[in-house]
Amino acid sequence: MHEWALAEGVVVTALEEADRLGFERIDALRVTIGELQQISKDVFEFAVAEVLPKSHPKLARAAIALEIEPAGFRCRRCAREFSLADVAGALGDDEGEAVHFVPELAHAFLACPDCESPDFEVVRGRGVWIAEIRGTPAAGED
Amino acid sequence: MDPRLAVIGRRLAGVARIVAVTGGKGGIGKSLVATTLSLAMQREGRRVGLLDLDFTGPCDHVFLGAACRLPEEKFGIVPAEEAGVRFLSLAFFTGSRPAALRGGELSDAVVELLAITQWGDVDVLVIDTPPGLGDALLDVLRLLPATRFLALSTPSRVVVETVRRTLALLAGVGAATLGVLENMRRGDDPAVERLAVEAGVRYLGAVPFDPGVEDAIGDPRALLDSEAGRAVRAVASGIS
Repeated sequence: MHEWALAEGVVVTALEEADRLGFERIDALRVTIGELQQISKDVFEFAVAEVLPKSHPKLARAAIALEIEPAGFRCRRCAREFSLADVAGALGDDEGEAVHFVPELAHAFLACPDCESPDFEVVRGRGVWIAEIRGTPAAGED
Repeated sequence: MDPRLAVIGRRLAGVARIVAVTGGKGGIGKSLVATTLSLAMQREGRRVGLLDLDFTGPCDHVFLGAACRLPEEKFGIVPAEEAGVRFLSLAFFTGSRPAALRGGELSDAVVELLAITQWGDVDVLVIDTPPGLGDALLDVLRLLPATRFLALSTPSRVVVETVRRTLALLAGVGAATLGVLENMRRGDDPAVERLAVEAGVRYLGAVPFDPGVEDAIGDPRALLDSEAGRAVRAVASGIS
């Protein structure tokens, strides 16, 4: 259910952005979810596309696309690049749940597969963000 | 567009006041004071939250005697209830494992926690900040502008000098400062009182050096009844 908190953030941000851009309604929204967030796409999709927009007329008819960006890491110590699949075996249920809540905690549970350093950079696939928003300008807006 | 930033205000909508305990250096008792302050306010009948933002060295759970377990998930995460205080710490997720985070990662973790934690209705949220002028303090200033800061200092000249910098930062950005609380006071060294005067903030009082407090760690009631705890209670009653 943590997905609901993030989904609410997406909806609120989309509405703020629509106001800033002068949209009377949002036509399309593309949301990217980092793999490291390990959220349930079904629950998130249900919240973003089916439930929350109904109370926000500007979003009610938007086509909402969700995509997962694979996580990628680079070791700061030995420069090895690796994926979540390369190290996911280190995550038990509780560890996976912790990373699900706070993705930065990957640094507590994961390590470079070569040199075992926890000092790695999350190059991609972290967080949830609005990648694209398209809308219909309000009357009088260019 | 980062959707987390848009909902932090909503997550804290039921929080009437935020007090951040800060200080220039580690080991000066911020966690003891933040935890005991929370317990003292709770004993006064207030609804209190406690957020341990010292991500690399969280220890409020040790003072509270709280077990590290994943928090309940309900439209976000729900703080644990410990001795009547709603409490959240990164230690709930990591246990005793080290979380070695660099600046940007630490800041992302702060944003994430603030965006997903459902504090509910709270009269005072106490935030235990890590030592110094790092990311967590800057994020509190950036994301929680209504926060009032309680600066902690011991009489050590080294600590006084670093707290002076903290107070200058807070004054420079127009942050509300409740004042300076002296911790581990021994004798009648007026260094911290002088610091408060020079910085133009209130001197909130002194918590004596209390060798017995170590035995109270992990027992909220014993903490409150310790010599240090009684001094913190007197300070708590003066904070609205």
